[in-house]
Amino acid sequence: MTRTIRVASGQGFWGDSLDAPRQQVDGGPIDYLMLDYLAEVTMSILQKQKERDPTMGYARDFIGAIESVLPGIVERGVRVIANAGGVNPVACAEALLRAIAKAGHAGAVTVGVVTGDDLLPRLDELLAAGHELTNMDTGAPLSTVRSRVLSANAYIGSTPIVEALQRGAQIVVTGRSTDTALTMAPLRFEFGWAADAWDQLAAGIVAGHILECGAQSSGGNCLHDWRTIPDLANIGYPIAEVEADGSFVVTKHPGTGGRVSVPSVTEQLVYEMGDPHAYITPDVVADFTSIHVAPDGENRVRVHGITGGPATPYLKVSIAYRAGYKAVGSLVYSWPDALEKAQLADRIMRERLDRLGLTFDQVLSEFVGANATHGHLAGDGHDAPEVQYRIGVRGDDRASVERFTREIAPLVLNGPPSVTGFAGGRPKVEEVIAYWPALIDKRVVTTTVEVMS
Amino acid sequence: MSNATVQVRLLDIAHTRSGDKGDTANCGVIALRPEWYPLLVRELTAERVRAHFGTLISGGVQRFELPNLDALNFLLHGALDGGGTLSMKTDAQGKVVSTAMLRLMLTVTREEAATLGLSVQHDMPGTMS
Repeated sequence: MTRTIRVASGQGFWGDSLDAPRQQVDGGPIDYLMLDYLAEVTMSILQKQKERDPTMGYARDFIGAIESVLPGIVERGVRVIANAGGVNPVACAEALLRAIAKAGHAGAVTVGVVTGDDLLPRLDELLAAGHELTNMDTGAPLSTVRSRVLSANAYIGSTPIVEALQRGAQIVVTGRSTDTALTMAPLRFEFGWAADAWDQLAAGIVAGHILECGAQSSGGNCLHDWRTIPDLANIGYPIAEVEADGSFVVTKHPGTGGRVSVPSVTEQLVYEMGDPHAYITPDVVADFTSIHVAPDGENRVRVHGITGGPATPYLKVSIAYRAGYKAVGSLVYSWPDALEKAQLADRIMRERLDRLGLTFDQVLSEFVGANATHGHLAGDGHDAPEVQYRIGVRGDDRASVERFTREIAPLVLNGPPSVTGFAGGRPKVEEVIAYWPALIDKRVVTTTVEVMS
Repeated sequence: MSNATVQVRLLDIAHTRSGDKGDTANCGVIALRPEWYPLLVRELTAERVRAHFGTLISGGVQRFELPNLDALNFLLHGALDGGGTLSMKTDAQGKVVSTAMLRLMLTVTREEAATLGLSVQHDMPGTMS
């Protein structure tokens, strides 16, 4: 009898369903629950929270998620891996231990914490040592924005999480782990895959890629036959049933909605894909052109044949920096001639900004309902029942952006007719936190694992 | 008449999903039937997709083939007004670039359309790009 490890996805991003973790733990047998909380912008938001309060800087939803699954994971020995630690994994683990104690499980649940991904305290030392942290997209050296940097985190792989599991942690909290490492780590731990078992490691990455966006692989946001996908209000999150050779079946718990099918899994496989021959992670470079997917019964898809190659000597670094301010406001114009009215409003708005002498790095107008997402491909949009005029500005001068926000409401009385949809009031000025991708030599990033109870 | 051509909507032969990496949108195009994949490989070139998107993107288009999934992956550079948090677009993360792709029309011979069982557009004014 082949041994199978079931890894369940319970969160695809911070803000995902609050019910999913408990549904995965209580809805049927699983061995591991993986929860992905971090997107590129999340780290900088968390960094700002930590600046205001040093005990913050992690995904607080995670504590509630664990409270909701505690009875189940204690009873059935399910282990949990989450990158909920954000920029403060230790504070996250401490809050978690308090919640565990409060629920009456003190001492029964051990928590492992992975640190070392946070490069912010070391940034100047690294730059001085010749690590330029060049922007992967633009080629510019980090020194050009150094003074505006808010956070800097290396994407770390599965190795420290494996160590935490080996040391008995039932819940592992990390900072900026790669999303795929959360799935890979339990597989390496259970099957003892060697650090150069490239094909198995690549399979772990593919399983991780299928799980990391929650229900987006089990019928959510699925274009293929979307009308027939059942019971999305009770959508089942994906589960990978993995064997020692790395092949696996994607499925979901019985009695849940959604659909696991070859098309639903394939849509997720191509999501956010770059060069499919080289899906680069800290653990392995996976070849997505080697993946085979096949139906394996109702709501079951078998994934196999995956190959991979040696990892690169680099880790990706996610750096966030302050990049000015922006505000976006909107009004709704009604039939007849909704688009023409909205276009007139845009001409008036731009003339007002000129008369006020305001300058911005970018002014972007959209006509939602006519052509906002498809541009010229959408046709002329001239008989739309309503069109939302949407205008945004971005620039370094906060006062100019603030002044812009006062120019929208007057259009209601001063501009084209048939206007509505302004109940939200003036748009808020937001600080823009931009993202700076870079690479760093793996050898300079040292991770530490601590196990607490 | 075997040289006569007809228009086929990408919408009728493929499904798509798109996402972002910085200012680049990716768009996976998956053939609805395996026998339609070679047609995608032949007709849905990077040049064809670049022309289709026109001024919607400021950079180039790269194409990768995934015959194992009957899929093509496109990278559309300069598609997202700077991308991520900089972008003020409704679709700042390129989530529905996938549906703009599906507006593309392919020209095939009537004979090939019949052989492959493709649904043909009768009253189309032609491709939009």
